[in-house]
Amino acid sequence: MINTAAKTETLERAVQGRSLWMDAWRRLKRNRAAMAAIAILAVMTLMAIFAPFLSAWRYDEINYDLVTCAPAWWPGPSLCTAPGHIFGTDAVGRDLFVRVLYGARMSLAVGLVATLVSLVIGVVYGATAGYLGGRTDALMMRGVDILYSLPFIFFVIILMVLFDRSLILLFVAVGAVEWLTMARIVRGQTLSIKQKEFVEAARAGGVSGFGIIRRHIIPNSIGPVVVYVTLTVPTVILTESFLSFLGLGVQEPLTSWGTLISEGAAQMETATWTLVFPALFMAVTLFCFNFIGDGLRDALDPRDR
Amino acid sequence: MLGYAFRRLLGAIPTLFIIVTLTFFMMRLAPGGPFDTERRLPPEVEANVKAAYNLDKPLVTQYGLYLAKLAQGDLGPSFKNKDFTVAQLIGAGLPVSVTLGLCAMTLSLLLGALLGTWAALRQNRWQDYSVMTVAMVGVTIPAFVTAPILTLIFGVYGIHLFGADITLPVSGWGGGALRNLILPVITLSLLQVAVIARLMRGSMVEVLRSNYIRTARAKGVPEYRIVLRHALRAAALPLMSYAGPATAGILTGSLIVEQIFGLPGIGRYFVLAALDRDYTMVMGVVIVYATLIIVLNFIADMLYAVLDPRVRLT
Repeated sequence: MINTAAKTETLERAVQGRSLWMDAWRRLKRNRAAMAAIAILAVMTLMAIFAPFLSAWRYDEINYDLVTCAPAWWPGPSLCTAPGHIFGTDAVGRDLFVRVLYGARMSLAVGLVATLVSLVIGVVYGATAGYLGGRTDALMMRGVDILYSLPFIFFVIILMVLFDRSLILLFVAVGAVEWLTMARIVRGQTLSIKQKEFVEAARAGGVSGFGIIRRHIIPNSIGPVVVYVTLTVPTVILTESFLSFLGLGVQEPLTSWGTLISEGAAQMETATWTLVFPALFMAVTLFCFNFIGDGLRDALDPRDR
Repeated sequence: MLGYAFRRLLGAIPTLFIIVTLTFFMMRLAPGGPFDTERRLPPEVEANVKAAYNLDKPLVTQYGLYLAKLAQGDLGPSFKNKDFTVAQLIGAGLPVSVTLGLCAMTLSLLLGALLGTWAALRQNRWQDYSVMTVAMVGVTIPAFVTAPILTLIFGVYGIHLFGADITLPVSGWGGGALRNLILPVITLSLLQVAVIARLMRGSMVEVLRSNYIRTARAKGVPEYRIVLRHALRAAALPLMSYAGPATAGILTGSLIVEQIFGLPGIGRYFVLAALDRDYTMVMGVVIVYATLIIVLNFIADMLYAVLDPRVRLT
């Protein structure tokens, strides 16, 4: 019985010829802004991964002869120039270029891991609440409502202050803030999907509740979730930089964009480049994620165009 | 509606209770205490100090004592700023934070709604694209980048237009003078203006396509009247649902803005208090912020019902 259902499904797909995803990909390819954003992000990621090979200097290599020196091509005022350092040097003479790339490593990693945490919690929670329905659903979503009205960022700050800024905690704490919206989206999707005939067919065929959630509900609710994920990554990167700015982020000599920006902002008047480059990298990344998110939304849900 | 309002306010009590409990135990689980200093106190002195603040009792007893005090509206003494109670410190900082937050909220709502409506009325023309591009920039550039840039432009270099010298103070409260408020408020509102403009444009575009607007057009109602009387009310609804996140966003932003511009608000105390393990101060600030968020969410829901007659709050 289950096999028959599955077979019909594959048959239909074969006749249809194009899956939702192929359609979406075709539409996305026509969106030039989104494609450019994907390309830029790919380059940025590669640069972050291969950062140690792209610079002659190590990220923690201090040089007291070249303290806050501008790059050789810098047009503005500066006290000294550092030939070879294409983004100049920071307050203890470290190469800013390689530090911006290491910042990219940290910020992108936090963005991805924390989003993954929020994705897992949100999808499991939302799908369970939506599928079970009734009183359980009401109770679970009431819990989400309560959590929504908590000043979450304060808890994250308290956690980061009190437990000595461990990296894992940063991932988990930021992820724990972002799963609420994800849970709401998935629950909404689940509520409409579980009314569909194929879910009824699966239930008639004796598939367990867990099996239905895993095989039918989650795969079918993935569209809006993907869109939300691409929009969560920049939010998480911003949250991390916010914490770093308050001095609660990653610790020296490691760095992230938020830390670099905060250092740059402190000496912006005399050494503008220390603010400009990290801020530029971060802004471009956030731009790209937003463009991809908007592009995906248009591609997956053509009604809203 | 009155019944609903009453039940909503009752519902806020368990929420606050959860917040208080979570914060209390999270802080106590952390290593370190408010009276740890570089030089260790003599054991007898330390014991006395701890006894004075009830820190020698079991954790659950302390929790009970704190709740009992809190129920009477007493937030306790500050552990770090001796001779001051938490209520006094918050009372001094709160007007600053509230003025800042309210100004920022008003500015973001007005400017955001205005820009969003304008973009929607000029949909897919250059006006629309430029507003949306600026909004996108506003979303991606964090406050701690805009703040130093604004400081540099308006504070350090100063703007000299037509002989007039427009240089703004970049730090301090100045007793709440308008000049001191301008830069912090702008920094705080930029992100919200961007988000609200995007929201407003989306809903306005949708509303302008609906049938009753077409009817109004067919009847020859002038365009400004269509927008102001017919469309605006329906299009403003999504803004109400955004009120909660917006409040949270402005509160979060105020932590940074108060620090950068050196304003004596309660946001600045918070991080310091957490670093100092000033237990009562952290609790006090969290309670105040949570109450603010809850109250503003409540007002937004009420406004929603007023604006949209289809919503029945029962």
